[in-house]
Amino acid sequence: MQSLKDFLYTIADDNLILGHRNSEWTGLGPVLEEDIAFSSMAQDKVGLAYQLYQLLHTDMGEGHPDKVAFNRTETQFKCCHLVEYPIGEYDFSLVRHFLFDHAAFARFDMLTKSAYPALAQLSVKVRGELKYHVLHADTWMKKLGKGTEESKARMQTALNEAFPLAMGIFEPVDMEQELIQHGYFEGEAVLKERWLASIAPVIEAAGLKLPEIVHDKTSYGGRKGYHTEYLAPLLKEMTEVFSIDPEAEW
Amino acid sequence: MATEAQILMALQEVKDPEIPVISVVDLGIITKIEVGENNSAKVTMTPTFVGCPAIKHMQHEVQIAVEALGFDTVEVVVDYTTPWNSNMVSERGLQQLKDFRLSPPKRHCGTISMADLENAQCPNCFGHNTTLLSPFGPTLCRAMFKCNNCGEGFEQFKAV
Repeated sequence: MQSLKDFLYTIADDNLILGHRNSEWTGLGPVLEEDIAFSSMAQDKVGLAYQLYQLLHTDMGEGHPDKVAFNRTETQFKCCHLVEYPIGEYDFSLVRHFLFDHAAFARFDMLTKSAYPALAQLSVKVRGELKYHVLHADTWMKKLGKGTEESKARMQTALNEAFPLAMGIFEPVDMEQELIQHGYFEGEAVLKERWLASIAPVIEAAGLKLPEIVHDKTSYGGRKGYHTEYLAPLLKEMTEVFSIDPEAEW
Repeated sequence: MATEAQILMALQEVKDPEIPVISVVDLGIITKIEVGENNSAKVTMTPTFVGCPAIKHMQHEVQIAVEALGFDTVEVVVDYTTPWNSNMVSERGLQQLKDFRLSPPKRHCGTISMADLENAQCPNCFGHNTTLLSPFGPTLCRAMFKCNNCGEGFEQFKAV
């Protein structure tokens, strides 16, 4: 079923690309614990992407995970714009992590009830792991939101920048209705409501303000292969070693 | 032909490379053992964390350990049919983690609450007055704590 394939690709690609971005903090984190945290989350996300590509491979006849990850063109990727943005300053990376991981937690919580058994089983596992990502994000949102004038201002600015981009997480795949009818997924609109309900109290507790959504489709396009200018250089770097010898055995 | 119990015993010798005192059995990642016809065996296992880099290595070690029992065909499958959680670590496994100076995961009732993450027992002075420094650590399965009693930093095997 094409819509299910597309759906798995969107989640896998989001995780692969954000995993890669998170890994850019390895060796650069502002404190050792944060360096380790972003490196660990990178590992979780790339690992999750691998498992989803594996499902696509074994159940739906798509290519081998390594080939799929490293051997597709930019327009074949279905990730949302939020994950493509450079890591920026730590405030932006933290806020992106907060917005994305709350959505990821809500998504995999939903998917534990998916009518696609292999996805439901994997989701039980992933949901447990994401709890730690959300805990980490919430801790820092509150710590910095209630820190100094500067930290508060920077978190609010980062939130204002990342929030409209986060709308792209919820861009549905073509024929989403099919997924809903088969009981594979409840749909991006329901997910977005749950996400808003889960981030709002944290943003409030952090003393920050939830930006208003003026037009929620400005950051759409990723699911259809239209990307920001940041994806192509990322892919070039990510596939550099693979491209030297695509047939190499690792 | 070796029995399922003998396979289980043999797998006690296969350790987690990141915590080499605990076996794959006590870690709870062996989810099924089947002895089949024509002198064949099948072992099903599941990773502690989806991105666990050690699972391939352990899969290979399990293969070797079971083959050594004299089976003609051995299949080792990694899947999520029985997803791992920290309650699957055996009592002996918890003790082995403690001896390794890792604070063991608290038993939980299915979903982790904040209470399960706080006040981990310090493996040095055994006090419970401790602070979570980061839910991430040197491996995916560990979190970092500080003990307010003895002042030592320590790691906890995460409750998941």
